[in-house]
Amino acid sequence: MHKDNQPLIFEMTKEGRVGYSLPELDVPEIDLADLLPEGLVRDEAADLPEVSELDIMRHYTALSKRNHGVDSGFYPLGSCTMKYNPKINESVARYSGFANIHPLQDESTVQGAMELMYDLQEHLKEITGMDEVTLQPAAGAHGEWTGLMMIRAFHEANGDTKRTKVIVPDSAHGTNPASATVAGFETVTVKSNEHGLVDLEDLKRVVGEDTAALMLTNPNTLGLFEEQILEMAAIIHEVGGKLYYDGANLNAVMSKARPGDMGFDVVHLNLHKTFTGPHGGGGPGSGPVGVNKDLLPFLPKPILVKKDGVFAFDYDRPQSIGRVKPFYGNFGINVRAYTYIRSMGPDGLKAVTEYAVLNANYMMRRLQEHFDLPYDRHCKHEFVLSGRRQKKLGVRTLDMAKRLLDFGYHPPTIYFPLNVEEGMMIEPTETESKETLDAFIDAMIQIAREVEENPEIVQDAPHTTVIKRLDETKAARKPVLRYHKAE
Amino acid sequence: MKHRYLPMTPQDEKAMLDTIGIQSIDELFADIPEKVRFKGEYNIKPAKSESSLTKELSQLAAKNADSNTYASFLGAGVYDHYKPIIVDHVISRSEFYTAYTPYQPEISQGELQAIFEFQTMISELTGMEIANSSMYDGGTSLAEAGMLAAGHTRRKKILVSRAVHPESRDVVRSYALGQSIAVEEIPLKDGHTDLDALKEMIDDNTAAVMIQYPNFFGQVENLKEIEPIVHEAGALFTVSSNPLALGALTPPGKLGADITVGDAQPFGIPEAFGGPHCGYFAVTKALMRKVPGRLVGETTDEDGRRGFVLTLQAREQHIRRDKATSNICSNQALNALAASVAMTALGKEGTKEMAVQNITKTYYMKQQLKAAGFEIAFDGAHFNEIVVKTDSPVKELNASLLQKGMIGGYDLGLSYDEFDNHMLIAVTEQRTKEEIDAFVQEMGATHA
Repeated sequence: MHKDNQPLIFEMTKEGRVGYSLPELDVPEIDLADLLPEGLVRDEAADLPEVSELDIMRHYTALSKRNHGVDSGFYPLGSCTMKYNPKINESVARYSGFANIHPLQDESTVQGAMELMYDLQEHLKEITGMDEVTLQPAAGAHGEWTGLMMIRAFHEANGDTKRTKVIVPDSAHGTNPASATVAGFETVTVKSNEHGLVDLEDLKRVVGEDTAALMLTNPNTLGLFEEQILEMAAIIHEVGGKLYYDGANLNAVMSKARPGDMGFDVVHLNLHKTFTGPHGGGGPGSGPVGVNKDLLPFLPKPILVKKDGVFAFDYDRPQSIGRVKPFYGNFGINVRAYTYIRSMGPDGLKAVTEYAVLNANYMMRRLQEHFDLPYDRHCKHEFVLSGRRQKKLGVRTLDMAKRLLDFGYHPPTIYFPLNVEEGMMIEPTETESKETLDAFIDAMIQIAREVEENPEIVQDAPHTTVIKRLDETKAARKPVLRYHKAE
Repeated sequence: MKHRYLPMTPQDEKAMLDTIGIQSIDELFADIPEKVRFKGEYNIKPAKSESSLTKELSQLAAKNADSNTYASFLGAGVYDHYKPIIVDHVISRSEFYTAYTPYQPEISQGELQAIFEFQTMISELTGMEIANSSMYDGGTSLAEAGMLAAGHTRRKKILVSRAVHPESRDVVRSYALGQSIAVEEIPLKDGHTDLDALKEMIDDNTAAVMIQYPNFFGQVENLKEIEPIVHEAGALFTVSSNPLALGALTPPGKLGADITVGDAQPFGIPEAFGGPHCGYFAVTKALMRKVPGRLVGETTDEDGRRGFVLTLQAREQHIRRDKATSNICSNQALNALAASVAMTALGKEGTKEMAVQNITKTYYMKQQLKAAGFEIAFDGAHFNEIVVKTDSPVKELNASLLQKGMIGGYDLGLSYDEFDNHMLIAVTEQRTKEEIDAFVQEMGATHA
């Protein structure tokens, strides 16, 4: 990586330079002051950069070199499914008939787009085992909130207004409790047992007539399959609650177990994880939601219907929770996910899960003698190691993560889930080769050895990156969130 | 199974199974109870090769009428604008698009700096002090503004103008329901927010007043007159704004807005059937610690070099969990990058010039329609949209425009009962005089 600081684009600006080529103004000019109310004509231009096209390209190329993506190297960031992002997806999403169509065009002029959405929904229904799917939510957390709002509407439609609580395991993603709060619920935590699974006795203790739903990830965030899922479903359904599936970990169970068959009533998927819509540096994602028939009337509107071979949006949904997003979801990401599913087919998706799980177990077994493994059983697509042993020698998981940067790797997710001390959550995905896994394992083993023999090299890491560890306290204490021109 | 995305070979598989100490991959799934185990394969379409799939999907794409082939006069929140070609070249650099959220700043300085620059550009355009790293879109951004306002003021009512985008209003209502916030709509007067009605409706339980600038009908609301009404009642002045318009209009930040939100789609982001676009969220300094979503801040490393990190994370879901006031995690980072590149290419001069072109070409359209005998519904100051009254249903007009290679405007009757036979027409810098003349002629021909 480049060691020199890259100036801000604002620091490269020079008055009078331009980087654009606007269409010709071929109609008579007007004076804005004649048209706009007094005081509403902008008198001071927004201070945006003034640079040439080459300046722009060099600037962003330099920035890209200071960034690590899946295409740069291994990225075993647990819970995020950083698999290869196929290039065909990018090409298809840029077809003019997909990229340059307007959401409010007459339906007769966008039948191709609607057909793609419809067929994607059909595929996702089969993959999840649910009765219907909406593509409207923009991301996973948005899907969670959408699902919870539907559960809320379901209970209210039954006159059941005292269901104010959503149960989440202590190992849950942070978005689960946050989504529950935004949907107006109170969160109740259920404990994990010594096997890393939901403690059924504790679950029985916390459920009741006030339970609206239980949110679960299966496999859970430790990468372990909740074996007692049917018992859990029975406990929740018996008290009249609904079971919510956080699809962040679907890569672990495709063709092996469907949420609908496990007893889940609502499911969200992260198309940018399992289905290769790229992560984009943090988004855009796409978070479709599947429901069973109890919740059908409450789906966000419009829903997409097919009548006599013609696709239409149906707005006549009196019990719908309403819109959760303008238009129909992140269509461009949905096109990518659809392209991926069609590239893989049924046997391909099955192989995806099998290899993802095989890769994770292989890594876990090779690493377990060098790090603590809190839960020693077959994992699914990811596993969690603990840096307890290394911490006793004065080296924290954060230090080891930073040391991995020197080897050219993105580190695992660290300090999550919260129920593992000094946790490192590793998710290799199926698109990585054995050679890549072996090289990473060797680096991890070397770091474990360094911790014992030469801890400073780990504690002071990273050594090879464009920048050293940053002062986050300073950033938060006196926030500088934008550039200001030096006076 | 051989597939170009799956590097596993039979030899690898054998070696890995041996290391694990098992005979077959199936053993790894033995913990899935028999009763829920899925047997066999999904009943979905079989895999296609790269060539046959691109052929099939390009044919599917070709079934749609796109704005490269047709001259589009459709706006209503999503626009066909000039997209500098360089935008797609930058966002196609896979170091950006195959990365995740920059949680490891030492190897994510590129993304972090790009976001810091985006935050600066949005601050500049809106005149606000703080902007975040992006939201899903303009609609959810407005809804989050409502939640922020209710939390901040501890009040439980939001007033939203009927001149705000109908779909954004729908989303505001959906979010408000979860928080038990009441949403009331301020009626219209001549295509603007009715200020007398606003004065009647606002009270000491009003958390926010939401105004769109320019509004859904393309009309420029007079924020100067609205601001004192809002602040006198102690509510937060919340403005939803097309950021391109702010190249020419006085920004909300200079007119007393507490929160400015909107969608950066006009800057280099394709229409894409409504998404992904790029919500933005900007506030005054007083609200800095209440902003939803990710923020990037400047700091220094151990050697004193400038660097960038995600900051003020104590606001966010992964730290605060059920105490968080927003659940947003993934945002629209790649589209924020696209918008940054477009704003950089357009720059100080181009952003203004493009905004003025929109106003000018729309003005030309308005004059031509008037000359052809059409009645313009609202004759106030406009940005790039106007509303024209039509004799026949908009759907029919659009069908005949399509025959002539044009995508007509939005049928306002779909969202407003009182506006049947009203067409909302958008004229961006992309439309030529020739296309505008052809549009008017075709409308006139149908009109006659």
